[in-house]
Amino acid sequence: MNFSEYLLLFGGMGLVTYLPRALPLIYLAHKQLPQGLIDWLSFIPVAVLSALLAPALFINTTERSLSMGKLELLVAIPTLIFAIKTRSLGGTVLVGMFLYWIGGLII
Amino acid sequence: MNSNNSTPELAHTIRDGIRAAWPICLGYIPIGLALGVLAQQAGLPWWAIAMMSTIVFAGSAQFICVAMLAAGASISTIIITTLVVNLRHTLMSSALAVHLRGVNRFFLTLFSYGITDESFAINMAKFRTGKWDRWSALTVNHAANMVWVIATISGTLLGQLIPAGAFGIDYALTGMFLCLLVFQFQGRIYIFTAILSALIATIWYLYIPGDSYIVGAAISAATIGYLAQKRNTGKA
Repeated sequence: MNFSEYLLLFGGMGLVTYLPRALPLIYLAHKQLPQGLIDWLSFIPVAVLSALLAPALFINTTERSLSMGKLELLVAIPTLIFAIKTRSLGGTVLVGMFLYWIGGLII
Repeated sequence: MNSNNSTPELAHTIRDGIRAAWPICLGYIPIGLALGVLAQQAGLPWWAIAMMSTIVFAGSAQFICVAMLAAGASISTIIITTLVVNLRHTLMSSALAVHLRGVNRFFLTLFSYGITDESFAINMAKFRTGKWDRWSALTVNHAANMVWVIATISGTLLGQLIPAGAFGIDYALTGMFLCLLVFQFQGRIYIFTAILSALIATIWYLYIPGDSYIVGAAISAATIGYLAQKRNTGKA
């Protein structure tokens, strides 16, 4: 592909990436939101985070099959406990990385 | 809302933003490098990667784009796929609106560019503390973007020289999401919603091809959590 084809492709992709991020925010930030919607939206972060994590922990993503013994899942348990005990984001990231690294060397 | 932009204070908010963004930046390095390597193998020149990471800034969509280019897909097919993959951000954008009420549209226009899964998770956790300046939030978005652009370009130029999986760095974003999930546990109902969402996402992922599991599980679990909360408070 040449420069203008890349520009067309990425311009199009950029537009369909930007609009879903911008339109709800710009629209809703200047609206009086009903309390029900605010309450419902308060469940979105926890639900989105959990949905994002689930396949990485419970699924063999290359085969798209259930897998309960993944290293990612085994490491997630002590990492989660560390997060609950310390509530330290940086510490949790480092502990998770360290355990995943050690686990990879053992397995 | 803090609108006093005297220099020391602005420097302070920017520093807070960079401090909050470092787990994202760390996590983006291996992913960005990997994307760069794949893109180079698919025949994309480094400047095309630079252009893509700057204009698009959507990791999973970019991986899919590279794979589709390698498979010879048309431009319109790739754009439509990108739209579908990125629809989940409408949910995050809506949830952020609660914390950016009445902020001017110019700021929101700049801010929207950097709404990703990772910056959303960090900024929502910070906004909940009630002490998070929107300029710090904007800094998180743009610091993450800067690292992303540099990492993806580096991947095309020198990706093969870097050993894969060094120091468990591939786990950085998973670790970050796990901790941010814990920050969202403000009561049993939220833990219940998280378990429900993981369950729905797993089943959805197994039986429905594509990436719809994120939006599907998030909306279903949030709705059930909301209804359960409403029922409980109604009784009380």
